[in-house]
Amino acid sequence: MIEAHQLMKRYGDKTAVDRLDFTVRPGTVTGFLGPNGAGKSTTMRMIVGLDAPTSGTVKVNGRRYAEHTAPLQEVGVLLEAKSVHAGRSAFDHLLAQAQTHGIPRRRVDEVIELTGLQSVAKKRAGSFSLGMGQRLGIAAALLGDPATVMLDEPVNGLDPEGVLWIRNLLTELAADGRTVFVSSHLMSEMALVAEHLIVVGRGRLLADTTVHDLVRDAGGDTVHVATADPARLREVLAGPGVEIVGRAGSEELQVSGLSARSIGLKAAEHGIALFELSARTVSLEEAFMDLTRDAVEYHGVTTA
Amino acid sequence: MSILTTPAAPTRSARPVYRVTGRHVLRSEWTKLWSLRSTWITLVLGLVFLVAFGLISAARYQSNVSSGQPLDADFAHATALSLSLFGTNFAQLALGVLGVLVTAGEYSTGMIRSTLTGVPRRLPVLWSKSAVFGVVALLVGVAGAFVAFVFGSSIVSGTPAAMSLSDPGVVRSLLGTGLYLGLVGVIGVALGALLRSVAGGISVLVAALMLIPGLISLLPTSWQSDISPYLPSNAGQSMFALTHDATSLSPTAGMLVFVGWTVLLLGGAAYRLARSDA
Repeated sequence: MIEAHQLMKRYGDKTAVDRLDFTVRPGTVTGFLGPNGAGKSTTMRMIVGLDAPTSGTVKVNGRRYAEHTAPLQEVGVLLEAKSVHAGRSAFDHLLAQAQTHGIPRRRVDEVIELTGLQSVAKKRAGSFSLGMGQRLGIAAALLGDPATVMLDEPVNGLDPEGVLWIRNLLTELAADGRTVFVSSHLMSEMALVAEHLIVVGRGRLLADTTVHDLVRDAGGDTVHVATADPARLREVLAGPGVEIVGRAGSEELQVSGLSARSIGLKAAEHGIALFELSARTVSLEEAFMDLTRDAVEYHGVTTA
Repeated sequence: MSILTTPAAPTRSARPVYRVTGRHVLRSEWTKLWSLRSTWITLVLGLVFLVAFGLISAARYQSNVSSGQPLDADFAHATALSLSLFGTNFAQLALGVLGVLVTAGEYSTGMIRSTLTGVPRRLPVLWSKSAVFGVVALLVGVAGAFVAFVFGSSIVSGTPAAMSLSDPGVVRSLLGTGLYLGLVGVIGVALGALLRSVAGGISVLVAALMLIPGLISLLPTSWQSDISPYLPSNAGQSMFALTHDATSLSPTAGMLVFVGWTVLLLGGAAYRLARSDA
């Protein structure tokens, strides 16, 4: 459980994180989405106490991260920026991290095995590929067997194999009942793993919603219909879960909750002529772009 | 397949209880220090500087005396002790630089982010780094000083500079050398944490220990005698010098002043570590 309350971070006159309020709940994968520079990394750094908020608070399992007696048992974090000494071996890096908490050496061996680093564990971390570096970061995040795992842009720059590995890992972590908080600027990637979404742009909270609701609110999966008798078609199509929008006197309707196919069949059944019938699917990517474009425009106006 | 060893139980009673403690952080810093190749290289270098330059200096004195020619001006007041400790100036650079690397190296590589997420209260990291590296530098310094003296004094035995371990002040002076080098190591650690830059830390270290004493001669003479003994390098040297005159502090006063400088820098480093974003 991560709770941010009016969380704010300013660098000089630039506001990186602007009064964020959100809660990350246990047991699901929560995506933290926003374009580059939206304040995602800064927010994550504040969650683990690397940066101090200018104002507001963020708590992990009811306390500030630094107040926990064993913080690595509360949150495991993979930051976007490299966080390993290039001259130290993967094993020694993990061992030193474990020792701060008195975590036994066999747990170090376990996380090395879990992340598939056995063959390179004794090599200097500086020689690691990007994918291996990510695995090492994730091994460190799992050391304390934390109930919350937080990953900042874990798939950035990875090859397809690495992306797939991360995706499976996230699913498995959530299946284990863990809180998983993953940031990304790629909506398509999030859509595959996240149930819940927190969307930010220019440091502001834009949406705190589910993947399903986000698509629906953006006008996803609607069918555009033009008909000679809109009033009768409305009656025919009406039913639970069906939403019909159309201006009075217009022949055009926007229907959601029904497929183009079933609208066509029903119209034919009742002898209603249709001039146009087209499904309009808004992808998650579009929904996300709409949200963040608004934020950018809004910001442009306020600073102008 | 499960990613974790134990399924995340809703109740936390079954989980092992870990804790961040001072002892744990010390162990972690100990592991970190010895798991880098640069530590071994620099410590060996420091030891070699200390011993080799002492022996070379003793050998030069010995050949100067045995050649029967008048003594070089440099050697006029030489003792077995001052000759064998000639390498201290160079060893302090190696140990001070390694101290800077212990902290600033974490900033340059990004390791500091891992370190501070592991120990988010932060200050135990600085105390542990200072303690671990300070003690290591002290032991290297004491060992190097004794080895340099034992061999150096045997080279110059039978010359006017001859001395032995049993002579008054020799053991104190050798221990003082070790303590001085240990504190230089801690100063390096503090400078690295304060400046968060390897280049910056090393520059300030070299300036403080080697350049400033020279620049002091630009000041009016009356100021020089008031300021000079309290400079880090001069106060430090009083800790292990065998003879003290009106222009230098006593060993104890020198040690207190040098410890004062160390504490001042550590305090600054602690303030920055606790207060500013990593």
